[in-house]
Amino acid sequence: MSILTFFKGKRSKGSSKTKAPDRGILVFENTSEVIRAETVLKGEGWRIRVMGPPPEIRTGCDLVIEFPLIEELNILRTLEAAGAEPLQVVPVSSPLLRPVDIFQTKDYGRYFMVRAANMKLTVDKETRAIVNISGGGCPDVPYLAQEMVGKPLADAPAPEEIGHTLCGYALQLAYEEMRRQC
Amino acid sequence: MLAVVGTVPDQDFPLITGKVVLQDDFISIQGNRAPVNRGTPALLAAAIKVGEVMGQPPPVGYLVGDIGLGDGSRRLYARLSENSVEGDINAIAFHYLQPDVDWHNRVLFAVEEMAKRPVLIADAGFMYAAKMSGQASEYDLFTPDVGELAFLADEEAPHPFYTRGFILHEEMRAPALIERAYQHENAAAGLLVKGQPDYVADRQGVHTTIDLPVEKAMEAIGGTGDTVTGIVAALIGAGIDVREAAILAARVNRLAGHYARPTPATQVIDIIEQISAALARVLDEKAIMSGQGCFHIKKLGSCPVSEKGQKNKG
Repeated sequence: MSILTFFKGKRSKGSSKTKAPDRGILVFENTSEVIRAETVLKGEGWRIRVMGPPPEIRTGCDLVIEFPLIEELNILRTLEAAGAEPLQVVPVSSPLLRPVDIFQTKDYGRYFMVRAANMKLTVDKETRAIVNISGGGCPDVPYLAQEMVGKPLADAPAPEEIGHTLCGYALQLAYEEMRRQC
Repeated sequence: MLAVVGTVPDQDFPLITGKVVLQDDFISIQGNRAPVNRGTPALLAAAIKVGEVMGQPPPVGYLVGDIGLGDGSRRLYARLSENSVEGDINAIAFHYLQPDVDWHNRVLFAVEEMAKRPVLIADAGFMYAAKMSGQASEYDLFTPDVGELAFLADEEAPHPFYTRGFILHEEMRAPALIERAYQHENAAAGLLVKGQPDYVADRQGVHTTIDLPVEKAMEAIGGTGDTVTGIVAALIGAGIDVREAAILAARVNRLAGHYARPTPATQVIDIIEQISAALARVLDEKAIMSGQGCFHIKKLGSCPVSEKGQKNKG
């Protein structure tokens, strides 16, 4: 067992009994960089969580990556190798905002809609084409709709590839749920 | 006259100000065109349709390209905070902009410096920033959908993405969410909540519920919330009282949807094309029901709204 594997194995046990911060957050320039870093870290097996930032660093449309602080160096090394370095690493002790994890679905007969947070994705069950994207308020929503609507679910670009905001991230969740259900 | 502040999903679309017209399925501003599919172009297209019926000039657009990186939004925020909105503007609708509290505050400050304060309407990303800034009560109207209403009701959520689950589960009880949003000062003076049904509310609670006609497919169609905001903004720009405009807008949007015979695959342009007919019918109905012979559209502002079965409170 490598040292890295040892640390990864220890991560799942969790340890939050000390009063000093045991978690850190990685702060990035924008949400698309968060999504990229999340993909890199999860691909390498790190147990990290995408969360909302603490109030003191919120600007309005933010995501951060929460990680066990003890593994800062290894995680930064992984990100550096992938060219996905964060702007800042901040220790945190207070609870972070948890993204919405509730999905709602609606079956219209031929069409099926999945909603995640404020985003809705609708697919034609017969053709498996994305027929509509609705909800949201960030500027990438019209862009995502423009790029995805009319395309088969399997061929359309994933929101995580072309989205940049929390609305884009919510649409990614709806997209994943749709692919799971359809 | 109405001003609309928002973004176009085209990274190369310039920062531009001017009158916006509708050409086929595109909005056009000083020779720059953008397709009407959803977002601010859909809001503008709906507003233009209403303006045509009401005999109003085209809305003035403050537009910029932004595909979510926020760069265009920041340039537009900077433009507005330096010069604010100019001209004979009596209503401003703020729409798809990257939510940014600091920039929001600068823009709001500039607007409040205007010689004559316009009616302020906020939806989408700008509404998120307005709520997060703690200055929601500076606005005259927010137009959230039910999910966004839950976000307004959650005093801790900085974005709908973080609305807490126990509040999201309250969705079937919009009046309770409205009350909670006002309790924490996270709502504008008026609310037009888009959903099934639509609610027009203020600090005193729900004033009017609009639930007909019902087209269940509307929820899935991207841009139908944008059209409601465009309709209400244009009606307010035409001088109609905010509450009355909100009631009319909800009814017109529903009727336009009904005329389009929508499925979940219908695109919003098909609904926008029905707005003129829907507005004309709603105006006629109002005039007839008022019993005041108020058939001339431009007199609508003086026609009382008295649609049966729609008022919850006096």
